[in-house]
Amino acid sequence: MRVELTVNGQNKAADVEPRTLLVHLLREDFGMTGTNVGCDTSSCGACTVLLDGESVKSCTVLAAQADGRSVTTIEGLASADGTLHPLQRAFQENHALQCGYCTPGMVMVSMSILAENDTLDEATVREGLEGNLCRCTGYHNIVKAVLAAKEEMGAEL
Amino acid sequence: MYPSSFEYARAATVAEAITMLSSDEDAKVLAGGHSLIPLMKLRLASPSMLVDIGRISDLSYVRKDGDQIAIGALTRHRDLETSELLAREVPVLSRVAGQIGDPSVRHAGTIGGSTAHGDGAADLPAALLALGATMVVQGPSGNRTVPAAEFFKGFLETALAPDEILTEIRVPTGFSKFGFQKFNRRAQDWAIVGVVAVRSDRTNVSFINMGPTPLRASAVEERLAAGASVEEAASVADEGTSPSADINASVDYRRHLARVLVQRALSELG
Amino acid sequence: MTDPVQQEQIIGKRRIRREDPKLLSGENRFADDLVVPGALHLVLVRSPHAHARIQRIDVSAAKSMPGVVEVFSGKDLESEWAGPMPCAWPVTAEMKNPAHYPLAVEYVHYAGEGVVAVVARSQVEAVDAAGAVIVDYEELAPVLELEEAVKDTALAHEDLESNTSFVWALEPNPEAVDAAFRDAAVTVSERFVQQRLIPAAMEPRAMVVVPSPMGGDYTVYSSTQIPHVLRVMLALTAGISETKLRVIAPSVGGGFGSKLDVYAEELLCLALARRMRQPVRFTEERGEGTMATIHGRGQVQHIELAANADGKVTAVRVKLLADMGAYLQLVTPGVPLLGAFLYHGVYDVGAYSFTCTGLFTNKTPTDAYRGAGRPEATYAIERAMDSLARRLELDPAEIRRRNFIAADKFPYESVAGLVFDSGSYHANLEKALDKAGYSDLRREQEQRRAAGNPRRLGIGVSCYVEMCGLAPSRVLASLNYGAGGWEAATVRILPTSKVQVVTGTAPHGQGHETSWSMIVADKLGISPDDVEVLHSDTAIAPYGMDTYGSRSLSVGGTAIYLATERVIEKAMKIAAHQMEVAEEDLEYVGATFRVKGSPEQQLPLAAIAFEAFTAHNLPDGLEPNLEASISWDPPNFTFPNGTHIAVVEIDEETGRVQLVRYIAVDDCGNQINPLIVEGQVHGGITQGVAQALYEEALYDSSGQLLNASLADYLVPSACEMPSFELDSTVTPSPTNPLGVKGVGEAGTIGSAPAVINAVVDALSDLGVTDCPMPATPERVYQLIQQASSK
Repeated sequence: MRVELTVNGQNKAADVEPRTLLVHLLREDFGMTGTNVGCDTSSCGACTVLLDGESVKSCTVLAAQADGRSVTTIEGLASADGTLHPLQRAFQENHALQCGYCTPGMVMVSMSILAENDTLDEATVREGLEGNLCRCTGYHNIVKAVLAAKEEMGAEL
Repeated sequence: MYPSSFEYARAATVAEAITMLSSDEDAKVLAGGHSLIPLMKLRLASPSMLVDIGRISDLSYVRKDGDQIAIGALTRHRDLETSELLAREVPVLSRVAGQIGDPSVRHAGTIGGSTAHGDGAADLPAALLALGATMVVQGPSGNRTVPAAEFFKGFLETALAPDEILTEIRVPTGFSKFGFQKFNRRAQDWAIVGVVAVRSDRTNVSFINMGPTPLRASAVEERLAAGASVEEAASVADEGTSPSADINASVDYRRHLARVLVQRALSELG
Repeated sequence: MTDPVQQEQIIGKRRIRREDPKLLSGENRFADDLVVPGALHLVLVRSPHAHARIQRIDVSAAKSMPGVVEVFSGKDLESEWAGPMPCAWPVTAEMKNPAHYPLAVEYVHYAGEGVVAVVARSQVEAVDAAGAVIVDYEELAPVLELEEAVKDTALAHEDLESNTSFVWALEPNPEAVDAAFRDAAVTVSERFVQQRLIPAAMEPRAMVVVPSPMGGDYTVYSSTQIPHVLRVMLALTAGISETKLRVIAPSVGGGFGSKLDVYAEELLCLALARRMRQPVRFTEERGEGTMATIHGRGQVQHIELAANADGKVTAVRVKLLADMGAYLQLVTPGVPLLGAFLYHGVYDVGAYSFTCTGLFTNKTPTDAYRGAGRPEATYAIERAMDSLARRLELDPAEIRRRNFIAADKFPYESVAGLVFDSGSYHANLEKALDKAGYSDLRREQEQRRAAGNPRRLGIGVSCYVEMCGLAPSRVLASLNYGAGGWEAATVRILPTSKVQVVTGTAPHGQGHETSWSMIVADKLGISPDDVEVLHSDTAIAPYGMDTYGSRSLSVGGTAIYLATERVIEKAMKIAAHQMEVAEEDLEYVGATFRVKGSPEQQLPLAAIAFEAFTAHNLPDGLEPNLEASISWDPPNFTFPNGTHIAVVEIDEETGRVQLVRYIAVDDCGNQINPLIVEGQVHGGITQGVAQALYEEALYDSSGQLLNASLADYLVPSACEMPSFELDSTVTPSPTNPLGVKGVGEAGTIGSAPAVINAVVDALSDLGVTDCPMPATPERVYQLIQQASSK
């Protein structure tokens, strides 16, 4: 079947089997390998992307379900000139990543956390991250980074 | 993991979806997919066809209808969580929906999908049971309604026929007070045991994961109705339940949790 | 007056990582991200049984499935192997090591062992076809529990006469141990279980082997911690000349020891690429990785303490049963040995004895997992010290004070034969107690107890020392390890004076590129941005011993430091020649060579670099180019140490344990980049807390892993963790010129005993003295019930 969607503002299309998951569409058909697969039970969140602006686990969404919709991946956050998004910068400045495998998912779910909360405190951030697992950082610096990004971005959102 | 192969059909209307379902007895309805796709990836479910009802535009709503709140089957957990109408009229549903899975799951999963899946370990079915909700079901021969108490039949089994679709859930208003206790080891996990308590002129209590289906805590309700104290009622909470043992809890511990959590949920009612 | 060219200190400053922008924008490449035209996909059919004989394999249906290229059984591939899969650590001469091949041939010995290899054009087609392979098994009785395995009533391997792989003992003074126990005023005897853990690096293992078009040469991309070791082992096992193999570890998404191994799938991809003359790739699914990637821990520990009436420990005696799992992987038998010398912890004890029995079971093989042997040792002694404190009605802090190795005793020759480099254990403890507000916490605990508050408070103290900086090669030889412990580095100053560093370490999240550039930049007086760091490719960095055991900085970083020194020495010769002065009259400051006493006479490093490149005017006999290569073998281990304090609340009615505060004071010697040090400690603590409260590989009585997914195996999330309160002490290690010790494992080593000591402490007024790991709500609830009913 044919799916057509917008990925990071670009129109994309592919012919896929119905059983193709959104994460496979992104990685295998579009070559966008920033989105990672860390489990097979919707538990780890490494595959998190934004679908119409909201975080979803792209391993639990069929490509067909994303047809006609808008997807944002980790590749779509920095400016065209390579300038990192304030959230990406906050992750770097706060050492919120080590091996970096969970990072795209962490960043994308954090985009939703930032968008959905006018104010943030540590508990809210931790609850927002509950569906994303990290084995390296102990979350301490990820939480700091999201709070710092909120501070930095303030009214932008 | 990859699901087994299946055919995919997208329905524009409920009627079209029913026709599609009627054409293939192994077909399954796809809403948000967050109950079904995980099972298909593990190949615990291998439907021959998925009928995607996700694009049916008029199935996502929360609106007041007399002394009931009507909720479209495609309303996502996130929409329940943030609905001001629901927060005012049936606050327990906002709270319960806001603790399902994790935020990304709540952006995709729907109340209809969760309810039609009928998992005794899921949160919303138990809440709907406590509220005495009514399921509006559409099939080839038209609409029918099923009370929540008759909807959940067995392990992952509901009153829905294979060619029927749950279209709306009707919830009575008036349960302004509630208690909700979800006990798990990790925030994202299913409840080891959960308790939903709601109160209007009476107090209804239901369990998450104390049996193959969501269960009303009948013993508790009866004791309360007879004027028993919270402690007395909670002390018999596990009567009539049939919890199973798994890697997270033994049967006895689940029964104990049921008693503790009922007491806590009832205390939240004030 | 400040010297205008005085160089800026770089070491010790917090510096954000150069690795991050690519990882943060999806530009880096993990192994599964690599696009390889024509790559075939390998999927394995795995044994569903823990122990069985293979009766029949029928691949006919699978072979005719769409996209399937070939299907192989273990027998089909027997001719591919020059030998069985490697174990590099035969800890004793008599050690039993059952033959282990990438695919099982006649018997399977754990659920998850590979039986059939399906090769197809896409992964999804290979998965579909794997489902059509039929294997008939005759089930055999599985051996699952250590205390049963040691009795040999059933055998994990039908052709071995015993489940015991080896018995290894360290008994330097058995008479003294016996005497100490005979004369003791108090003794403590405890049995602890180190449950099996699943490492669960977030990146599942992935690899692709690309043969050269005409065959003969192979490039192996693998998510491994050990590209160098892997190259040697693949060459030996697959019978391919080492010169024909290039191993590259691309971005690697965490390892924690689980990628410190040589895996069946790596060998299969290589052999199948050779056989089929086409690239072959494999990417593990999580549900199989939990069974097919090594597990950690898995021990039953018996620890006894003898002490005098003041609580001074006079002897420690340890007997260990260690679970090897079904086979010996790369360093499986050696893991308990890495703890064997440390069961007396940070305490000055008179006598010591340790014996370990390595046992086979029909479970996934174990191997190194973050800390490898040292978390187990620390757990046993720190739990036992709390038991001793309870026996003597002493505060846990006080029993430790009375037994610490004093700061003035370093270098300290331990009763187990090690020489601890440096430390101030008292200072760690007092700093941590102070930071925790220990006396206030104790007061609050008393108040809650007096009030009958059902939210019980527990405070747990754990002091640790570990040995890392693996390792002096001669020591490894004495332990029968099959390789050395050195590390290699090359430092080159390029014609434009930019610097290229080649390291034998293989980072997978540790930020080596950033830290190594800081070491070199600090020494050379240049910006770290002008230093590139190359690694993890055997064609670029041919020598290396890779990254594990908190070794990379203390061994690899030191090699880089020494190579930099050597480059400066060579540059000094060129500078002296150019400036026509004696070398000893020159000094090197701020990337400039200048004459001592008359700093206006100077030449910048850049000028010397260019001279070395053009070679137009070099001293007689001096080779062109500014380059130095070093292989550094450390003279000793390093001994990071610290005190950790956990504060927990226990809900008496449900048994739920909530970690509410965590305080850690660590001494990892000098810190190169404190930002990275803290990150390592955070992650380490979390893995130890996970062992204490959440994680355990659970098997049923038939040997099935019950929690093979991340939905069931409880890697904790942000919601289960508090923010951490960190501090440090610094006693530079005299073992290396950087004065560093290593910090990758420290958090994991200190934390599990701190948390369980806190759990037991919270319940101690009920008479609870032990809580098995993980301290699940149900377990804790039962402990409270049992104690209350007494």
